[in-house]
Order: sequence, then C-alpha cells, then structure tokens
Amino acid sequence: MKNLSGAKLTERAAFDILLGSILVLGFTALILFITGAPVLAAFQNIWLGAFASTTKMSQVLSVWIPLILCACGLLYTFKVNLWNIGIEGQIIMGAIFAMAALRVPGIESPLLRLFLAFLTSLLGGGIWGLLAGLLKTRGGVHEIFGGLGLNFVAQGFVLWLIFGPWKRPGIASMSGTELLGRELWLSTPPGWRMATAGLIIAISVIIITWLLLEKSHLGLNLRAVGQNPRAALLYRISPENYYLQSISIAGACAGLAGFLQVTAVYHRLIPSISSGYGYLALLVVLLAGYRIMLLPFLALFFASLNVGAVQLPIVLQLDSSLSGVIQGCCVLCALFILGIRQRRRQS
Amino acid sequence: MIGDLSIPVLIASVLTASAPLIIIALGETLTEKSGVINLSLDGVVLFSAMAAFVIARQTDSLLLGFLAGGCAGMFTGLIVGYFSIYLHLTQVAVGFALSLLCRDLAYFLGNPYSRVQGPTLLATKLPFYDSLPNSLQVVLTQPPTVWIALLLIFLFYCFFSFSKAGLSLRSVGENPAASFARGLNPGRIQMTAVLAGAFLVGLGGAAYSLSLKPGWGRPQGAEGIGWIALALVIFGGWHPIRVALGAMLFAFLQVSGIGLQNLFPGVPAQVFQTAPFPLMIFTLVLMHFSTGNTRKQDYSENKTQGFAGKLFLSRAPKALGKNYKQE
Repeated sequence: MKNLSGAKLTERAAFDILLGSILVLGFTALILFITGAPVLAAFQNIWLGAFASTTKMSQVLSVWIPLILCACGLLYTFKVNLWNIGIEGQIIMGAIFAMAALRVPGIESPLLRLFLAFLTSLLGGGIWGLLAGLLKTRGGVHEIFGGLGLNFVAQGFVLWLIFGPWKRPGIASMSGTELLGRELWLSTPPGWRMATAGLIIAISVIIITWLLLEKSHLGLNLRAVGQNPRAALLYRISPENYYLQSISIAGACAGLAGFLQVTAVYHRLIPSISSGYGYLALLVVLLAGYRIMLLPFLALFFASLNVGAVQLPIVLQLDSSLSGVIQGCCVLCALFILGIRQRRRQS
Repeated sequence: MIGDLSIPVLIASVLTASAPLIIIALGETLTEKSGVINLSLDGVVLFSAMAAFVIARQTDSLLLGFLAGGCAGMFTGLIVGYFSIYLHLTQVAVGFALSLLCRDLAYFLGNPYSRVQGPTLLATKLPFYDSLPNSLQVVLTQPPTVWIALLLIFLFYCFFSFSKAGLSLRSVGENPAASFARGLNPGRIQMTAVLAGAFLVGLGGAAYSLSLKPGWGRPQGAEGIGWIALALVIFGGWHPIRVALGAMLFAFLQVSGIGLQNLFPGVPAQVFQTAPFPLMIFTLVLMHFSTGNTRKQDYSENKTQGFAGKLFLSRAPKALGKNYKQE
C-alpha cells in the first residue's frame, strides 16, 4: 500500500466508490423489479422527497443532527472495540431525563429549564451507557447483550411513563405525552423544520470529538486499549476504566440526541422517540470505516434517504423501509470491497 | 396458577411458544460451535418469516413455505459465511449490517402481503388422543413444530456428544489450526455449519409466520427474537439441552407476562411485552456472578469456579468470532 502514489490511491478509491455504487444501485433496482415497482420513479421520489424544497432539506438536517451525535459517540466506543448497541436506550434515557427536567415545577425561566434539560439529558444517556459498561466490566455480560437488555428496559420505561405518570390528562395513548409549552420549543427559523441550536450542538460535538480522539491523551489511551488491552495494562492504562469512560461519553452524546428529539422535533415524549437513529448511526460509522472526516457526509446521505423514502408509501404504495435496504446494502458492499482488497493485497 | 392460567394450559403455551425459538437457538448453537458468530439472526428471522408466508400463500403449500423460509435463512448464511470465512471480515460487523438489511428487506418485500389471509399450521391431535386424561390432552395438542423442536434437541445432543462429525465441528471451533493439521478442512466445516445453522434459523422464522403468529405485517411479532436466540446460546453455555431449556424459560416469562397482565391492570400491557427481554439478558449477569469470576474477564484467564459456577459451567468455543486464515 505504501509504495502506491497519491494519484493511484485516488484512482483506486474512485474505482471502489464506482463499484460500490453500481452494486448498491443494481441490488436496489433488482429488489424494486421483483416487487414490480417502477425503478426510476422510486429513486426519483426519494430524491425529490429529500431535496425538492428548503423545508424538506431542513427536515433532512433534523435527521442528520441526531444521527451525527450518535455516530460521534460511537467513535469513542469503537476505538476501544466496544459494540455499543445500547445506544438506542441511551437516546431514550436522554429524552426521558430531559423531559423530567422540563417538568420540574417552580422554575419560571424557560431558558433555565431548557439548559437544565440539556444537562440532565447528558446525564441520563451517560448513566445508561455506564450501566452497559458496568455490566460488561463487572457483570461479564457481552456489551451487545447488556446494551440490548438496557434498550428493552428503556423502551418499557418510556411506555410506562407515557401510559402512567406522564399520560395526557384523561387519555393515555401511543401518541405520547402532552405537547410542551411553546416557550420550551427550541426555536426554528421560519419555514424550516430544524432548530438552529441543534445544528450548533451537532457541529460542536463533531469538533470536540475530533479534538479528543485525534489530539488528546484520551484518544491515544483509548486507541491503546482498543489495540491491545493486555499491553495497555502494562502501561498502567486500565482497560476497564477506559471502557467505562468511552461508553459513558457515547451515552452522553446519544442523550443529547434524545434532548433534541424532545425539544426540537416532537416537543413531547413519544414511544418511538429514538426513531432507530442509534442503529442507523452504527451503520454510518461502519460505512465510514471509523473515520470522523467521513461521518458528516455519510450521515447526510443516510438522513436524506430516510427523509426521501417517507413519501414512497403515499406516491408509489411502497414501504418506506426501502431506505433501510439501501443503507444496509451500502455497508455490506463497502465491507465486501474492503474484503476483496485485503485478499488481493495478501495474495 | 399465574393470573388466569392453569398449569396444563401454562405448560402447553410454553411448549408452543418456545418451539420456534428452540429451533432458531439450536441453529445458532451449531454455527457458533464451529467458531463463527452469525449476528444477523434478528433480521433473518423476519426475512425468512416473510419469505415463508409469501411462498406458502402463493403455492398454498405449507411445506414449500417452510422450505422457502429455510432457504432464505441459508442464503443469508451464505453471505455471513463468505464474508467471514473467505474474506476474513469482522463477523460482528457483517452480522449487524445484514441484520438491519434483512429486517428492512422483509418489510419492503412483504409489504403487499401485509395483513392478508394465508395457510396456517394448526395444532394436531395425537392418534391416541381420546384415551388420554384431560390435562394431558391440553398439553399434547400441539403443532408439528413442537415435536420437531423436541426431536432436534435430542438429535443435537447426540450429534455433539457421540458423532465423529460433531467432534470435528467442535475441534474446528476450538482450534482451527490444529484441526487443519489433523487433516480437517476448517473452512469447509465452518461453512457447512453456518449454512445448516442458518437453514434452521430460517425454519424457525417460518414457524413464526406460519404457525405461532400466523400472517405477515409490520410489526410481525417476531422482532427481537433473534437477539434473544443469540443470548440463549450464551445462557445455555453452547449446550443443546440447556439452550433449549433457556428457550422454554423465555417462553415461560412471555406467557406468564400475559397472565400477570390481568393481575396488574394498572401496568400497561406494553411493559409486560418488553419485560422478558431484559429479564433473559440479566439472567446472564447472575450466571456470571455465580461462576465466581467477577472481574478482569477479558484479559485474564484465571478462573475460579464456585459450586454454582460448576453448575453453570460453560465456556465459549475458543476460536469463536476469530477468523481463521489458512497458511
């Protein structure tokens, strides 16, 4: 690899991207063809659904924000080789904690309430992440199963709140709790569906993550633990400690996503408050090959697919899960190309 | 008695509900015994459930439906196997991506068949049904999937404990390099195990849409089952009988949840539906503590076993999740 010139590397990357796109488009077209759906119209509708107007573009950004927050969080855990599947539950707990802070009686200033909700969402997500970490380090439960268990607990908890203590006066329904007062909505520019504060938070988190992972001691130690926990131990770097730190930070990032889902998107707590963004973020990070520079672009691509596919059921009577098919296929194709490359290099 | 359920009804419900889960978990046990983790189960169960229902409806044949479910599972097994055994990619990454892809593919392709009628595998009476006491009649009136699941437990136990093929499979899962030196072909054995395991997962998925929760829709009702099956394999310590018992325990938690719902009307039904999942996974924690090994599990191999530890004694196949590169 090292003796390849820059031009050749770019050429190879371009070839890989081309091959990947052909594979993904080919597979999706085949799937559409099997269902008898018009292939071109489906692609066109996804495109129009995401980019036809500024409102739609702002909606893409409103998906991009939680996606990028979760993806940044996952970078920390991937650095130490942890699979933080519990990220869905961490988003939910962030949302619950934020909602709890917003419901605290006696605080007059909406700004103070929102700030409190911001802080508690960090705490809620962080604690939920820490729990999954403790289950791994102290309980010996693989993080995938500990995380999943906590996801189900968080899901049960949010349902209990919506149908129990926080139910709307008189009726309890799957549509969620009562709407928050307008003063507690994060402000959105007129005609847009995305809060400015959300965008600022997301960009700040990207920058902080880059600084911490690439330029700080924490990033170095996390990498050391990820590469070889036994060797790290010899250098007095406690793997357990860094497992817990990384998964708590990841949880806090996901918790922020929960805060924004409540205060900027739904303005209430709903059963599916996490909207599957945690799992989607795992795919984004895998596709990016754990590189932070690629995250914003790939998250934008995934967000536009998600938003664009919403109108498929209305216009073409197709299920909106087509976006998930394309996303999953992208990751598998990327892995396939990576595998083929590695194999070629070895032989 | 739990809620309104009498004991025979409870046993019958547990047997019915656990059958597909047993088939899926045993399939994964087979795969993992060879050293490969197939993490895609959750999506594959839905994908095969969809494929089975669609084919069974189109052909009006339950047998073809089950076969289609199995083949759908095997097809995904082929991807997992090829990516991990021949391309040496991270098994967890491939499995996770495939899991989400299969789930969405199932929803997308199955959309036109949402909430329509299709053939259903019903409970059958045994030949000597009339001579049995009433409570046994209740317990033993089961769909054929239950008998297949019970037979599979026995076959798996014999396969791993007494057969030469089972020994080869286990040796590959423990140490592929040594197995290769002894004249085995680890790649081929692993691939066979992955394909056969995935076929069973597909059959289990088919049992959901054709028998336990007949029909197709979004959600189908088998969501999360694949993850539980993966946890059950650990819970059962890669031993077929204990894996099956774990599946029955999970089914018991699910069924008793329905019973308890009537006892506690104040708690929303959705909470009872999600409860068995964390309960099952947190049983893993209890098991871990009972082995007396509470710290430094990943980078220290010193293990002390207490009494309870011996009871639950289990160890993952040594090469599990590690890709073997033939020299």
